Amino acid sequence: MSDAILSVEELQTHFFTRAGVLKAVDGVSFSVGKGRILGLVGESGSGKSVTGYSILRLVDAPGKIVGGRILLKGKDLAALDPEAMRRTRGAVVSMIFQDPMMTLNPVLKIGTQMVAAIKAHVKISTADARKQARDALALVGIPAPDERLDVYPHHLSGGMRQRVAIAIALLHKPAVIIADEPTTALDVSIQSQILAEVRRLADQTGTAFVWVTHDLSVVSSLADDIAVMYAGRIVESGETGAVLAHPKHPYTAGLMASVPSQAERGQKLVQIKGSTPSLAHLPEGCSFRPRCPRATDICKTMPALLPLGDTKVRCHHPIVEHAS
Amino acid sequence: MSLVEDIQVETWRTRLGDFWREFAESKVALVALVVIVAIVFIAVFAPWISPQNPYDLARLDLFDSRLPPGTVGSGGYVHILGTDAAGRDLLSAIFYGLRISLLIGLMAGAFALVLGMSIGLVAAYKGGRVEAIIMRIVDLQLSMPAILLALVLTAMLGQGLWQLVTALVVAQYAYFARTIHGAASAERDKDYIEAAIATPLPAHIILLRHLLPNSLPPLIVVATVQVASAIALEATLSFLGLGLPLTEPSLGALIANGFQYLLSGRFWISVYPGVALVITIVSINLVGDQVRHVLNPRRGQ
Amino acid sequence: MTKAMLSIDNAAKRFVTPASMGDRIAHALGGPDRTQTVHAVTDVTLTVAKGEVVGLVGESGCGKSTLGRMISGIYAPSSGAIALEGTPVAKMAGKRIQKLTTRVQMVHQDPFSSLDPRMRVANTVSEGPVHHQLVSAAGADDNVADMLVRVGLDASTRRRFPHQFSGGQRQRIAIARALAMQPDLLVLDEPVASLDVSIQAQVLNLFLDLRQQLGLTAVFISHDLGVVRHVSDRVAIMYLGRVVELADTVPLFDRPAHPYTRALLDSVPKLGAGRGAFSAVAGEIPSPLNPPPGCAFHPRCPFAGPRCSVERPILKAGDNTPGTVACHLYDGGT
Repeated sequence: MSDAILSVEELQTHFFTRAGVLKAVDGVSFSVGKGRILGLVGESGSGKSVTGYSILRLVDAPGKIVGGRILLKGKDLAALDPEAMRRTRGAVVSMIFQDPMMTLNPVLKIGTQMVAAIKAHVKISTADARKQARDALALVGIPAPDERLDVYPHHLSGGMRQRVAIAIALLHKPAVIIADEPTTALDVSIQSQILAEVRRLADQTGTAFVWVTHDLSVVSSLADDIAVMYAGRIVESGETGAVLAHPKHPYTAGLMASVPSQAERGQKLVQIKGSTPSLAHLPEGCSFRPRCPRATDICKTMPALLPLGDTKVRCHHPIVEHAS
Repeated sequence: MSLVEDIQVETWRTRLGDFWREFAESKVALVALVVIVAIVFIAVFAPWISPQNPYDLARLDLFDSRLPPGTVGSGGYVHILGTDAAGRDLLSAIFYGLRISLLIGLMAGAFALVLGMSIGLVAAYKGGRVEAIIMRIVDLQLSMPAILLALVLTAMLGQGLWQLVTALVVAQYAYFARTIHGAASAERDKDYIEAAIATPLPAHIILLRHLLPNSLPPLIVVATVQVASAIALEATLSFLGLGLPLTEPSLGALIANGFQYLLSGRFWISVYPGVALVITIVSINLVGDQVRHVLNPRRGQ
Repeated sequence: MTKAMLSIDNAAKRFVTPASMGDRIAHALGGPDRTQTVHAVTDVTLTVAKGEVVGLVGESGCGKSTLGRMISGIYAPSSGAIALEGTPVAKMAGKRIQKLTTRVQMVHQDPFSSLDPRMRVANTVSEGPVHHQLVSAAGADDNVADMLVRVGLDASTRRRFPHQFSGGQRQRIAIARALAMQPDLLVLDEPVASLDVSIQAQVLNLFLDLRQQLGLTAVFISHDLGVVRHVSDRVAIMYLGRVVELADTVPLFDRPAHPYTRALLDSVPKLGAGRGAFSAVAGEIPSPLNPPPGCAFHPRCPFAGPRCSVERPILKAGDNTPGTVACHLYDGGT
């Protein structure tokens, strides 16, 4: 994509532990354009969250970004010095966490925190900053934003806190927001409110989102593009509709089939056998090989992520529709 | 179903190995551990490795009193650390004193552990009013200095090994009670306890088989520190003349014995037992610190 | 319907948070009473027939987990009764639970906290049955092996500790522990909520298998409508401590009657729904400390009328409703 705001190229984040080097992210590439939402989907241990944290350079020791480039508006974040990275964080790229209390300070009023966050990057009077904060709360659909400025985080419900966290992430109109499972802890009716809000914000403000989640159904209506991760690598990516209509990687297909609402009631669900491999003992070749119904000997070599039709897939035996 | 082969195989032995490897990361703690082993060895084998039995009054010769370190006494052997006012070989007296100090420290620590553990565990499991009353008593006691409590008790109970141990236990059980109460209160709210209640299993099984083993790790740390502080308390009491009878001096009593000679240049009578005491207490605390460091759930991963 | 295995009759659970010492003194001196009462479950009447699986669905604060714990006897009902074939699940001595039935067993949500980390799997599974003499101490080991095989684990793993298993395997162990007590009723509280999607399918399949083999009777608690639809025969939708709709699964999902049920079904993200397809219920879930008067859903309900904020609707069958529903729309209008 030429008009990409964020493009990640061959990102590698490894963890150096006593058990050996864990390649949590191993050669991940993707890009997001203006106002688009990329759903980064995977199960626990797939490296989806580490990818998100790596973009903001928030990976702590023993983790380390060991390779690749993170190009944000053409500037490589991986090469920035810590001070420049600190200035970039919050202003050009910001983050929403699963737990909004990672962003919010429990002992400060919402307004105080937001004003401080604005003034950290812009020289502006307190009154103007407060007005901006108020507008940001209104933007994410918080009713009575003026009053909310004067309450503490514990006065708000989980859903409201997450909205405030999103409002704070949006304060400086960042080019990209990385969201790590932000609706996983919320009830479905609240989740659906927030997803609708985020979709509207992306369309209105042109902010690009990387939405990290384990839930394929969430991204199916939210994301423009999908990248499915397994054991530190992207195994399938493409436009949401295209990927979900005809999943080509056996893992994506298995994941979709194991969602109960896809199956006939009371019938056995399609299940992926075995469990997610430990990063310390990855199988040789394709990491999905031991669990894959289509695996053959050639799968002992690592397949590349190659274009196939209108999506990309990393598989020696992709599922190809007979009809088309 | 091929679920088995994915399991990471880890046994108690490898876990113990991990623990040891992490413990040994601190060279200081390793040295302290060696010192403790040596002290325990000395304490256990004191009667066989001491040049003299310092408790056998018949063997003591007043002509040997207050000999400086390195002098040959009437026994015909060198008093490496000199002798005290009663003519005891100081090295032997320290060896025997360590024996007594360690014995009292361990006994007091063990009894205080059992008492504090039972009280804290019951409080955490019962909850409600029982918990509130027990823990307020414990808090009240923790707000008083242990030495004050021990002083009052030894003054009331009189001299003797058991009186001393009782005083130390009463002065110290509260630390154990509070520690295990904290750990057990956190464990009590976990689902495996609820699962045991729902099975249903009787309270004593839930307490002893589930709650206790899971609340123990923080107690290991407290136990080492409390043994050290029991030894220090005992030394203080003996120093003040409230400990064991002077015929069987512990380290504290030895220090007290030599105290009056400190200013007359016969420093060794007080200083060497003092050094032995400090080395013992510091070593135990260093090991305790490293154990706490290794067991800290927030490190690693 | 065949004879009821479990009958819940007007059961309610209130949690009273006592006021602090200072507030109590203030109250004694004429200040306001600061005792807080949470109405976690209110007037729930429900039966589960032998061999039936009933799903309890709702969002946080709806009381589904509290109700599950009342069924397994961990919480004594504040009022009403819960009985298994006529016998109360918990024998009471005054206000305290004296003895719990062994006939109801529970599976918890989080298999990382529901297994004692310092106990070998064999002991975890056999502890209950041996204590209650369902198996002899000598036969315990064989029994454990049988149970593990039954839940799809290798019997040779029984000497291991929980941390040596993955999340899905642990949940299998928790199910084995419950089954080893030979229960007449299983209460599963969000049994797959903390598992990865691919592992979720394995555990759900195991449940379906076991149901077929053993004719399980179960109460299946979940916030996930897809999961509940898949495994339950009947579904009770709960909102703020009350059952607002109760019906057979298929008609309920085909034509939900209660506005909350509809909203809930619409909110669930669906695979292949297409970009931007969201339909959200407005508003937030009210606090169970202070539920709205009348119908608890009326502040969020698009159909609410004047009657809804005053009069509480009763759970009953209306014209063309899939089952019983507590809504004035089907009871003379709002």
